[in-house]
Amino acid sequence: MGKKKDIKVKASQAGQKVRRILLWTLFVVLALIVLYPIVFLLAGSMMGNDELGSCLGAIFLGENGYARFPLLPKFPTLQHYIEVFMDSPGFFVMFWNSVKVTAGVLIGQFVVGTMAAWGFARYDFPWKKGFFLLYVILMLMPFQVLMLSDYLVLDRLLLTDNLWGIILPGVFSTFPVFIMYRFFAEIPDSMIEAAKLDGAKDWQLFVYLAVPIGSSGIIACMVLGFLEYWSLIEQPLTFLKDRSLFPLSIFLPDITSIGKSGMAFAVSVVTFFPAVLVFLGGQDYLEQGIMAGAVKE
Amino acid sequence: MRRKRNRQKKTHKSIRGFLWILPSFLGVTVFYLLPYADVVRRSFFGAVDNRFVGLDNYKMVIENTAFRLAVKNTFLFTLLCIPILIFLALLCAVALYKSKYGGIIKSAFLMPMALPAVSVALVWRILFHSQGLLNHWLAVVGIVGSDWMNTGNAFWILLVSYIWKNLGYDIVLWLAGLAGISTNIYEAARVDGAGERQCFFYITLPNLKPSLYTITVLSFLNSFKVFREAYLVAGDYPHESIYMMQHLFNNWFRSFSFDKMAAAAVMESVVLLALILLLQKAWDSAS
Repeated sequence: MGKKKDIKVKASQAGQKVRRILLWTLFVVLALIVLYPIVFLLAGSMMGNDELGSCLGAIFLGENGYARFPLLPKFPTLQHYIEVFMDSPGFFVMFWNSVKVTAGVLIGQFVVGTMAAWGFARYDFPWKKGFFLLYVILMLMPFQVLMLSDYLVLDRLLLTDNLWGIILPGVFSTFPVFIMYRFFAEIPDSMIEAAKLDGAKDWQLFVYLAVPIGSSGIIACMVLGFLEYWSLIEQPLTFLKDRSLFPLSIFLPDITSIGKSGMAFAVSVVTFFPAVLVFLGGQDYLEQGIMAGAVKE
Repeated sequence: MRRKRNRQKKTHKSIRGFLWILPSFLGVTVFYLLPYADVVRRSFFGAVDNRFVGLDNYKMVIENTAFRLAVKNTFLFTLLCIPILIFLALLCAVALYKSKYGGIIKSAFLMPMALPAVSVALVWRILFHSQGLLNHWLAVVGIVGSDWMNTGNAFWILLVSYIWKNLGYDIVLWLAGLAGISTNIYEAARVDGAGERQCFFYITLPNLKPSLYTITVLSFLNSFKVFREAYLVAGDYPHESIYMMQHLFNNWFRSFSFDKMAAAAVMESVVLLALILLLQKAWDSAS
């Protein structure tokens, strides 16, 4: 009897092991599929024009048959990157525009948003709940709903076709307030009371206590914000007409010829590179920031 | 006497508290609230002569075929993509939770979040072209492909893109929910002889209920961003199966149909507001 049970247990253990191996194989395959576009862009950016032509001719040159694509380039070359960095001044203008928009929004959110989050987390004032609800509602409204409002105000302030017209509405976005609020609310009251007893003034509490202790929340917001504003599309597409103001995120490369398609690959890689760096460097903060949205008050 | 002083102290404090919000609130007022009020006003006025027209704009928008198409697509898309995403993310999160290499897989799934849509668009165009890579692979196994972005299949491509981009985000949210369940409950249940399946259905799922609200809301928020991929791959006038609200607003904006935009924006915000409050109410009563 006991032996039978033993065998049964062993069999179920073996079954579990097989199941686990299958599950992990599935996960690894899925992860590889998810990451494939990155490998794809890297490979394409390092292929010479000949190789690109023979692989993608069906798409770009209207040849018969199908496009194909090797996992790695046969003769890797940095030719397209050199073209992007050396021979295309337009690229730098766009890159710089992206930097301006992203940096402008993040700095503004850091100043304005952090203060607001601190106010919501630590003070009591009339209609606080109402104000907070308003912030949450605004945070959830998609761009299309606010598009005309945005345009009307930018038009009146003469900020259409101006990078400030993209930056300022971003600065007052309420999403970072909501995320940082969660982090500030977790600072224990006793810590603040102790600082108050030591004679700390309100602004000192904020600068020397809230900002350092809530720094992970602030960084989380910056990481989320960077990813959002680095790939911003709707706003620049609507409000910018002057091509010299376009950020990289709305640059649609012309891929009607093979020579240009190589550059398109290189530009794609250069565009995602800063975002991937921020992602890898800030992944822990990013996860904390995502989670901050999930915790109930 | 004492009470009075306390109350005074409190009102004093309250004004100070609001000062922290003030810069942000001023910006919100200037950039969002006032112009939104103007939009509400405009929704009742004609675009050209600025004459009061009552509900005419609303009627015009509701009868507009492009509006109906965009509403139908956006509605269908959200209705399908959010449950699928939330369910898949839950499966992954449960499997990855507390496993040794879960972190690496999770990072891989999060990575697409960092990829700007412009970078992805190039890959999509090559993958889903009628002579593109996907059809090449399908031909290898003997299946005849399709012109993915110019048929009804575009809708499903967009759905897969959304899941590809947001799976990691939702997995992290579910993992946060899972981490919030105390291990004591599981231990107690195991002592009582509960199996893995019972633990999942009677402990894990009920305890994840509070997370469901925020995950739904955040997935919803992100669902509007699929416009980016749709726009970059297919332009202003994509296949009709992926003509979304944002396409419609863009096209109206280009033709200066501000009256229609105003009415549609007001309607959409009211519907969204009702949805948010409804979800919140359901959430509050659940927990």
